[in-house]
Amino acid sequence: MPETIFTARALTKTYTSGEMQVHALRGLNLDVSAGEVVVLLGPSGSGKSTLLNIMGGLDHATSGRLLFKDTELTALDDRELTAYRRRHVGFVFQFYNLIPSLTAWENVALVTEIAEQPMKPDEALALVGLEARMDHFPAQLSGGEQQRVAIARAIAKRPEVLLCDEPTGALDSRTGIRVIEALLGVNAQLGTTTMIITHNASIQDVADRVLFFADGQISKVRKNEKRRASAELTW
Amino acid sequence: MAVLDIKLLRDLRRLWAQALAISLVIAGGVATLVLAVGSHRSLDQTRAAYYDRYAFADVFAVVRRAPKTLVNQIAEIPGVAAVDARIAKLALLDIPNFREPASGQFISLPDVGEPALDRLYLRVGRMPEPGASAEVAVNENFANAHGFVPGSRFSALLNGRKRELVIVGIALSPEFIYTTGPGDIMPDDRRFGVIWMSEKTLASVYDLDGAFSSVNLKLLRDASERDVIQRLDVLLDRYGGRAAHGRKDQTSHAWLDHELDMLNNMSRTLPPIFMLVAAFLINLTLSRLVALEREQIGLLKALGYGNATIALHYVKFVIVLTATGVVIGSAAGTWLGSYITRLFGDFFHFPFLIFIKSPDLYAAAAALSLAAAVIGAIRARRDVVALPPAVAMQPPAPPRFHRLLPGWLSMHGIVSQPTMMMLRNIMHHPVRAGFTTLGMALATGILIVSLFTRDTMEELINVTFFMADRQDATVSFIERRSQDVTMQMARLPGVLAVEPYREIPVRIRYGSVERRLMITGRPRDADLNRTIDVDLRPVVLPQTGLAISAMLGQILGVKAGDFVEVDLLEGQRRIVTLPIAVEIEDYFGLRAMMDAEALSRLMREGPAVNGVNLSVDTSRLDDLYEAIKGMPTVSGMALQRVSLVNFRDNVALLINTMASIYTSLAAIIAFGMVYNSARISLSERARELASLRVFGFSEGEVLRILLLELALLCLVAQPLGWIIGYNLAWIMKTNLAGELMRVRLVVEPFTYVLASAVVLAAAVLSALVVRERVNRLDLVAVLKTRD
Repeated sequence: MPETIFTARALTKTYTSGEMQVHALRGLNLDVSAGEVVVLLGPSGSGKSTLLNIMGGLDHATSGRLLFKDTELTALDDRELTAYRRRHVGFVFQFYNLIPSLTAWENVALVTEIAEQPMKPDEALALVGLEARMDHFPAQLSGGEQQRVAIARAIAKRPEVLLCDEPTGALDSRTGIRVIEALLGVNAQLGTTTMIITHNASIQDVADRVLFFADGQISKVRKNEKRRASAELTW
Repeated sequence: MAVLDIKLLRDLRRLWAQALAISLVIAGGVATLVLAVGSHRSLDQTRAAYYDRYAFADVFAVVRRAPKTLVNQIAEIPGVAAVDARIAKLALLDIPNFREPASGQFISLPDVGEPALDRLYLRVGRMPEPGASAEVAVNENFANAHGFVPGSRFSALLNGRKRELVIVGIALSPEFIYTTGPGDIMPDDRRFGVIWMSEKTLASVYDLDGAFSSVNLKLLRDASERDVIQRLDVLLDRYGGRAAHGRKDQTSHAWLDHELDMLNNMSRTLPPIFMLVAAFLINLTLSRLVALEREQIGLLKALGYGNATIALHYVKFVIVLTATGVVIGSAAGTWLGSYITRLFGDFFHFPFLIFIKSPDLYAAAAALSLAAAVIGAIRARRDVVALPPAVAMQPPAPPRFHRLLPGWLSMHGIVSQPTMMMLRNIMHHPVRAGFTTLGMALATGILIVSLFTRDTMEELINVTFFMADRQDATVSFIERRSQDVTMQMARLPGVLAVEPYREIPVRIRYGSVERRLMITGRPRDADLNRTIDVDLRPVVLPQTGLAISAMLGQILGVKAGDFVEVDLLEGQRRIVTLPIAVEIEDYFGLRAMMDAEALSRLMREGPAVNGVNLSVDTSRLDDLYEAIKGMPTVSGMALQRVSLVNFRDNVALLINTMASIYTSLAAIIAFGMVYNSARISLSERARELASLRVFGFSEGEVLRILLLELALLCLVAQPLGWIIGYNLAWIMKTNLAGELMRVRLVVEPFTYVLASAVVLAAAVLSALVVRERVNRLDLVAVLKTRD
């Protein structure tokens, strides 16, 4: 039985936007196992990103509890959350967020310099198939390559969790598939728990579990008995 | 209200801190201009009005004794508008509860009516009654220094007889705005007073019935001063007249002129620098601010707004900032200007002050600031407007960076990635980095200019009081005395050493340039009063030839070895030709020195003395004072220790006040410069920095990355700022140098350190303000939005 890495109980998040109260999460319960690949699907505003933000230590829940292993994330202050992100979490964004003044190698090194037991930047870049491009600046890389650098940067510190918010959102299908391939490759080799938000329903087949979000809650859960290989994806 | 204007107001509210910082920099520039030029104009006008209303004379002459019948002849000299003949005598004073001997300049008041020229402004009391032998009026400075009121008494040694005098009035005169006693270079109101007395009384005391010893003239507007002086000299010659002179050589006027000149020069030197820095900063900041609006500009264009409308929108933004700055700066400048005017007005004891309103200044300051601001905005807008709307709305492609070094030379492992980011950023925007550095260097530079005067004054004090004029006291005599007086003085209590000096009034000429001054004869082995050359080495006076102030050499255009023509204005009144032997370093007035024996030969007279320099046993000063107070031949006693204190007080007024004002303004500019650079960097890099926060960089680490670049530029700017500061100080020193006073440029290391410390403190302060912003970076937004 794999270890449980996230435990959410009655998690709620309420935003006050002007005079409106927005209930982004309404008493959500969830367990995520170590090494699992989870895809989060659902319309805009259904709570996927809010959950990911709270799991990543970027945002605070309004009520309820969220445990990372034995640590109660919902009880940590900003400084402790920073340390948590630094040690345990890798992020992949829709728009890559690379530092334009640093090469691919240096963008990865930026994170390995502050991590505790990182892999070498070369190694991380090799994992995403970019060993030949590591001296290039972001301006010299294609969108897919930039996103793979972002993945290499996210995994180089050997995080236990990789949180991806629409990692293929800005990419065409061929490059998108290469990016998913890279993510799954990292999961297979390092056993990193991977949570992927997407609007692209065809990606769900590569996951262990698919969570369908609606109105701040998980409306449906689907377990894939057999994950499809990324090479079989099309969209 | 147009929607774009609503956007403008909201933008201003959103960016209020930055907008205010920019406005304050503009305000700093405007304030210096308004304050410096405004106070100078006010004081200049006040002086002009004072001179005019109280009939300050144009030409001044003293004689031994001339009959009053001569007055009509003087009045007939072409160009003379009015003549005021009177009795003027220097005398020693004995003031109750005041140890040191003081001197009084006694001036007669006509027994009927007011003086024709140099009329008095009566502050308190009344004028002395004609013939009332004990009644006097005194100048306000002197009265204040001793707490005199009408009814106060003191005594004077008039023509060898001690007389008890009673004050009936306290007055001001345009002739004695700046008063220095015999042998003094700085006013000392306790030791020198101007004392007005009934003519009848003074005439009988000095045996000058129907005669005068001083004459002042007012000239017609188009008269030639030179011609009048020549004719006057001819008339006065046989009555023991010393050469007449114009306002330029009148002590009070010349010093006042010098002080106003200094203010004027400051107003010409500092404000342009401040305005330049302000303009430069606005330009830099605004172009970056507008560039940040790229996306919105694209959107506006996509919605159908024309380039002109969009441009106007940003120009309005700039106008609001500039107008705010001009208003704050004008208000602060006017307030500081009237403060300075009052300060100087009090210092000079002007009877009234005229505050000049200078709308032209506000207009000039506004136009200048606005031009700088609009040019800055337009420069940025040009790039943006050139973009097609669709492209403008796309995030800009990642800018192309380059390696700093060839690929084989790796810096990996030597510098951290944040350092690499900083270095590449600087290399990627060399112009911006250069401008930011220059801006901060200018801030350091203007601080040095505001602060260096202290060092320079200390150097002046050191050279004047500790290298050259090392005597403890100088005693001057009413008339020239024979050499025997030296022995007599040496026997006075507490006197350790005596060095006599002789002074001859001369006109010194080279080509068409001429100056009136004193040639001082000194013993060859003079040790108290030494001659210091331009390399600050003591020199022995040569057997022949003159040692002259380096400044005089510059004015006449002569150097050692050249011959100058000298009119001797005492004794046989010959014209002689003398070689320049050496140029000397001095800071007050124009001087010429000669070996005393050579001077007696030149004058064809036996050794004579006008005064002595003394070295004194300070424990016996009181005895010495008492002895001097009883010597009718003495006109005054100057004390170096007191002179030094007075000098520091007088100079401190100008220098400390101006330095504090300018230092504050420079600090504001430095703060504005650094704060704006940091804030804009933050806006430009918000996304990058927020990403770092997401990766687990702490707030401190992110702040360090943001500020590392500015810190480096700030440090690089310091040596550059020192060079700029030194050169600006040189310009200022050169502008301030005058015949009456000048300085040797000295900038102590501490001044550089202090200037840099202020800029760095401003930088740290702005870093603290920016830190708040970094702590508020929106991490979640980064995940979703693109640039």
